[in-house]
Amino acid sequence: MSAETNGPLGGAEQTFDAGLPQRKRVAVAWHTLFLASTIIGVIALTALLYTVINQSFGLVAVQNRIEPASLAVDGVPLAQLTQEQYVAILQANLSPGVFRRYDSEQPFTERSRENLYALVLERVVQPRYVKTWPLIAAFFDRAAIETEVARDFPGAKLVFRSWVTPDFLRSPQASAPELAGVRTAILGSLWTILITILTALPIGVGAAIYLEEYARASWATRLIRTNITNLAGVPSIIYGMLGLAIFVRGAEALTSGAAFGLADPTTANGRTILSAGLTLALLILPLLIINAQEAIRAVPRSLRQASYGLGATQWQTIWRHVLPSALPGILTGTILAISRAIGETAPLVVIGASTFIVVDPNGPFAKFTTLPIQIYQWTSRPQPQFRNLAAAAILVLLALLLTMNTSAVLLRNRYSRRA
Amino acid sequence: MFANHQPIVPATIPAPNGEYAIEAQGLSVFYGGFRAVKDIALKVRTRKITAFIGPSGCGKSTLLRAFNRMNELIPTAHAAGAVLYHGQDIYAPDVDPVEVRRRIGMVFQKANPFPKTIYENVAWGATINGYRGNMAELVEQSLRQTALWDEVKDKLQQSALALSGGQQQRLCIARAIAVKPDIILMDEPASALDPIATLKIEELMRELAQNYTIIIVTHNMQQAARASDFTAFLLMDSDRAGTLIEYGPTRQIFTRPTDQRTEDYITGRFG
Repeated sequence: MSAETNGPLGGAEQTFDAGLPQRKRVAVAWHTLFLASTIIGVIALTALLYTVINQSFGLVAVQNRIEPASLAVDGVPLAQLTQEQYVAILQANLSPGVFRRYDSEQPFTERSRENLYALVLERVVQPRYVKTWPLIAAFFDRAAIETEVARDFPGAKLVFRSWVTPDFLRSPQASAPELAGVRTAILGSLWTILITILTALPIGVGAAIYLEEYARASWATRLIRTNITNLAGVPSIIYGMLGLAIFVRGAEALTSGAAFGLADPTTANGRTILSAGLTLALLILPLLIINAQEAIRAVPRSLRQASYGLGATQWQTIWRHVLPSALPGILTGTILAISRAIGETAPLVVIGASTFIVVDPNGPFAKFTTLPIQIYQWTSRPQPQFRNLAAAAILVLLALLLTMNTSAVLLRNRYSRRA
Repeated sequence: MFANHQPIVPATIPAPNGEYAIEAQGLSVFYGGFRAVKDIALKVRTRKITAFIGPSGCGKSTLLRAFNRMNELIPTAHAAGAVLYHGQDIYAPDVDPVEVRRRIGMVFQKANPFPKTIYENVAWGATINGYRGNMAELVEQSLRQTALWDEVKDKLQQSALALSGGQQQRLCIARAIAVKPDIILMDEPASALDPIATLKIEELMRELAQNYTIIIVTHNMQQAARASDFTAFLLMDSDRAGTLIEYGPTRQIFTRPTDQRTEDYITGRFG
C-alpha cells in the first residue's frame, strides 16, 4: 500500500476515490434547493400580507342619497343638532311605516343622541360606497380614478379610507358594507375559545397524565395512543359532524340552555357558543394530549426518582414535580392548538354558526358567529366592498391571534423561569 | 395502586440498635423474564457503611434499589424472596412502598436536586411526610450534617441548580436525611464528581454512619477500601444474573479474600 501514496496529501489513492468535486456539487445542489424552498415560503407569506393590506385600505367613492349639508338647520351642521331635530329629520324623510317600526323597537324619546345621529346617517343620508379601489391603485392611479369618479359617479366624493377603524371593531354586523363591523364576531370568537380552553386543557392534560404516568403498558394502551395520534389528523369538518350529532342534536337540552331554564325550550336550539366551544375542544383534544404526553415524557426520570426516594406518593410526584417541569411544554402545545381552533371555520359551519347576527353574544347559550365565519361570509358576497371588509376582518383575526400567542408565550416564559 | 397505608414499624420506631439494619433473604430481582440478581442472602450491619462492588452489569445497583423498592418504578421489574427490615418483609403485600422509601432513603449517581430553591429541596420531603416540627430548624440541621450550611446559609432562597456538582450531591444527601430515614442507599454517589468533592462525600459518609446505616454502590475500589466497613462482591454468573460471591469486613475482603474471583477482581485482573 505504501508504494501507492501519490495524492497531494498522501494517502492510498487506489483504495479511496474521494470524488471531492462530485460530493461538493451534490452539497451545493441541496443547499440551493433548501434556499429556494425558504424563498418560496417568504414569497407566499408576503403575497398574503400584500393582498390583505392592499384590500384593507384604499379609496372609496362615497355617494350620499341626501347631502348632510342640506340637512343642516339654521346653519348648525348635522352632527351638532339636538335629539328633537334628529327625530324631526327622520320623520320628514322616512315612510310613516318605517318610522313607526323604529319607534316601536325602541321609542325615540328613549334613544341616545348618538343612536339617533347614527340612524339619521344610516337611513337618511345613506352614504353608499359606489366603488372602491385598493391601496396600491390609490397611490399610483389616483388621477385615473379621479377622472373615473367624475365621469361615472357625478356627485360622489373620493375619500381615502382604512377599512379597519375603531367603528369597524365596535359595530355589529350589518347588511350595508358602510356600517358593518366585527364586534359580534370578535366576541363570538372569544367566547368560543374560552369554552374550548376551559374544556380541552384539563381533559387533555388529564388524559396525558393518565397515559404517561398511570396506564400500564398493554395492547389497550397502545391502541388508545395510536388512535389519539390518528385522530389528530382527522379533517376538521368531521369534527363538525361529530359536534352536530353530539352537542347540537344529542345534547340539545344542555347546549341550548333549556335544561337550566335559561332558554325557551320551544324555540331554543343547540346551535350555541357552548356547542361550538365543545366541538373545537374535541378538535384540539388529540393535539393537546399528544403534546402534553411529549412534555411529560421529557421530564427527566431522575426527578421522579428523587421524589419517590423521599417517600412521595405517585400523585405528589406528578403534581409537585412532573407537572411543573412539563408545564412550559404543555403551554407551548396549547398555544399552537388554540391558534388552530381560533381559525377553524369548517366545523362551525357544519354545526350552524349564524352568519348574520347583530346581537352581542351574552353567554355560552347565545347564538354566535366567529371571525373566520364572518370572513367566509363576506368573501362570498357579490358586492366588492365586502371584500375590503373581509380583508379588514382578516387583519383583526391575525391581530387577535398574535395577541393571544404573545400573552401565552409570556406566560410560558414566566413558568420556565420559575422552574 | 391503592395499597393500605400500613405502618411497617411501630409508630415509635425503636432506635435501630439491633445488629442488622436490613436483611435480604433469597432475593432475586427480575426485569421481565430476565433475572438480574439471583438468590442474594445478605445482612447489613446497623450504623456501618457497607459497599457493593463488582464489574459493570453485575446487579449492584439493582440489588441496592431492591432495598427500598425503587426498582418498581420500572414497569417490568419485580422481586422474589424477602427483604427484612425490623423483621418485617418490605415486599409483603400489605406494605406500602411509599412508607418503605421514607425509612430507607436514596442518593443517586447523578445529583438530582429539584428545580426549586435550596430550602425547598431540603424541606419538601419532610413536608409531604407530614413533618410537624420547626421546618427552618430541620433544614439548618440537615444542611449542617452534610457540611453544606456554611456554604449556602446566605442563599437558601436561590435555585439549587446554581450549586456546584459536589454541593448538589451533598444537598441531595441533606434532602435524604431531612426525612429521618434509618438507612441511606447511595448509588455511586461520587462517580460524577472530581476527587476533592469525592473526598468530601466520603468524609460525610463517615460522619453520617454514626447515626445512619449506609449502603453504597461503587465502581471505585479505592473508595470501597477507604470508606466502607463491610464489602460485598458481586459477579455475573453464567446466566448473566448477579450473584453474591463474597461478603465480609472490608479489610478482610481486600487483604485476605477467600474466593479466587474476588482476589482476581480486587487485584485488577479483570473488571
